[in-house]
Amino acid sequence: MAWLPLLPTLILTAGALLLLLAEAFRRPGSAAGMAWGALWITALGTGATGVLATWGPLEGIYRMVLWDRGAFWLSLTILVGTGIAILFSQRYLADRGIERGEYYAFLLLAAGGMLLMAVAADLLVVFLALEWLSFPLYILAGFARPQPESEEAALKYFLLGAFASAFLVFGIALIFAGTGLTNLSDLAAWLRRPDPGAQSLVWIGGALLLVALGFKAAAVPFHLWTPDVYEGAPTPITGFMAAATKTAAVAALIRVFWTGLGPAMDLWAGPVALMAAATMLVGNGVALLQSSFKRMMAYSSIAHAGYLLMGLLGEPSLALPGVMFYLLAYSIATLGAFAVAVRMAGPNGEDQSFGAYAGVARGSPGMGAAMALFMLSLIGVPPTAGFFAKLMLFAAAWQAGWIALVLIGVITTVISAYFYLRVVVAMWMDRPEPRHLPRPDPGARLSMALSAFATLFLGVLWLMLGGLSL
Amino acid sequence: MPDGILLEYVPILTLILVGLGIGGVALIAPQLLAPKRPSRRKQLPYESGMIPIGPAQRRFPVKFYLIALLFILFDIEIIFFYPWALQVRSLKTLALVEMGLFVLILLIGYIYAWRKGAFEWER
Repeated sequence: MAWLPLLPTLILTAGALLLLLAEAFRRPGSAAGMAWGALWITALGTGATGVLATWGPLEGIYRMVLWDRGAFWLSLTILVGTGIAILFSQRYLADRGIERGEYYAFLLLAAGGMLLMAVAADLLVVFLALEWLSFPLYILAGFARPQPESEEAALKYFLLGAFASAFLVFGIALIFAGTGLTNLSDLAAWLRRPDPGAQSLVWIGGALLLVALGFKAAAVPFHLWTPDVYEGAPTPITGFMAAATKTAAVAALIRVFWTGLGPAMDLWAGPVALMAAATMLVGNGVALLQSSFKRMMAYSSIAHAGYLLMGLLGEPSLALPGVMFYLLAYSIATLGAFAVAVRMAGPNGEDQSFGAYAGVARGSPGMGAAMALFMLSLIGVPPTAGFFAKLMLFAAAWQAGWIALVLIGVITTVISAYFYLRVVVAMWMDRPEPRHLPRPDPGARLSMALSAFATLFLGVLWLMLGGLSL
Repeated sequence: MPDGILLEYVPILTLILVGLGIGGVALIAPQLLAPKRPSRRKQLPYESGMIPIGPAQRRFPVKFYLIALLFILFDIEIIFFYPWALQVRSLKTLALVEMGLFVLILLIGYIYAWRKGAFEWER
């Protein structure tokens, strides 16, 4: 059963191919059926993940893939993100006139690549998964095609992404040249030898890997593509990228830097700490200046990459569950926020400036309350899931002695309250008459409700299950 | 890095040098040896025996990009068949199944492109 770790990936990929066939023979008209199909395939993948959860560590395909606890949590986060993104996509696409069935096939293909990243145990699989998840995303970013912003987003993402991939390949090549290994656990064993000898090739290779994966995770100073791509891409895709792609990129960082280069932590801890500090400061700082919700969420996504990088440096026994839970909590809160944002777009166009949100909560208090909840979770206010997630990451970094980093994290968290709450204030307190009425969208409403429920109870549930052992 | 590894690359270095040498001689020798009697007709750019018309850099239909894409999908993938065909006997049934899956995925792409009208030139 060597291929069992690949089961979720295979289900999503086969599903995507089936959807592509269905799209070829589908009668023109609403693509709601395709959305339902994609949802069922995602549910099937989630089921497979759940079945595999009870299995112990499984290695397969020449030790290139590995299923373990971490893989389970990462896969679950990615699949939840995919499911919610599909839920709030259909009406948005229909209203914007960009409803094409391929959308769901690409979404599932991207998710399949992300699931492969979650089980990667070899540098070549990391590369394959990164390309696999990136290509559908390049297309999806440009899916609102006649729109110049969307085309710009796709082109920018593609060119810079291809550039980052080159760094990744070169890093892998250098590590292979220095050690003759691509398997991550073999690499760790090689680094643990009593006398490893000259490792300069491995260090340079590791630095290049950090650049490439930092790009995908949107960490400063490799973050510059993020705001433009997030702003130009169709709003549901922005939500999907902020949640699921972030998870996959952090999965790659975990695999490469914990599993592979873990024994050399003293060497990469310094650069990663600098990156984490810069990412937290720049992400939260520049988010203060934004006037559009999507750009604000782009910088929010950068800022959270900083917290996750800090988690990477933490005490492993705390940091591993910490990073996993952080990804889940962050993904759900972000997707919930985008479920609200998706409803702000109508057939007449889409306005994501804070001004467009003014007074919206008066007409639809449920939306306003949900948005407030997601923003509180992104800040990390108890008792939302975001609070427990941040607490665990900060505790993990504190225990590992990264006190300055934790202080930066706490200070930037306080700063972040300003811009997260701005949209909430706009929704509740600005102008009595809203300029835009949110459009009815049962799918987005359902995903909003699910995210709100999860944000409220996930943290408490985690506590009850004993996930937090301080 | 031990010297032994570098020594293994000597044949490649030789190949590069020989290639550069032959290419260089082929470029330089005619310049020195060939007789030069230029005429107006000889100085014209040459294209399959015809006098070229118009500039060389023109716009051409974007449809050709689609053709190039389909070429990659259906023609370059053939490259994977050659090493597979050489090794399929020793790799047994698994290789056959794997190639079957590969072709199936390509077939889905083919059907998709067909149904979407990628093969219709006039549209």
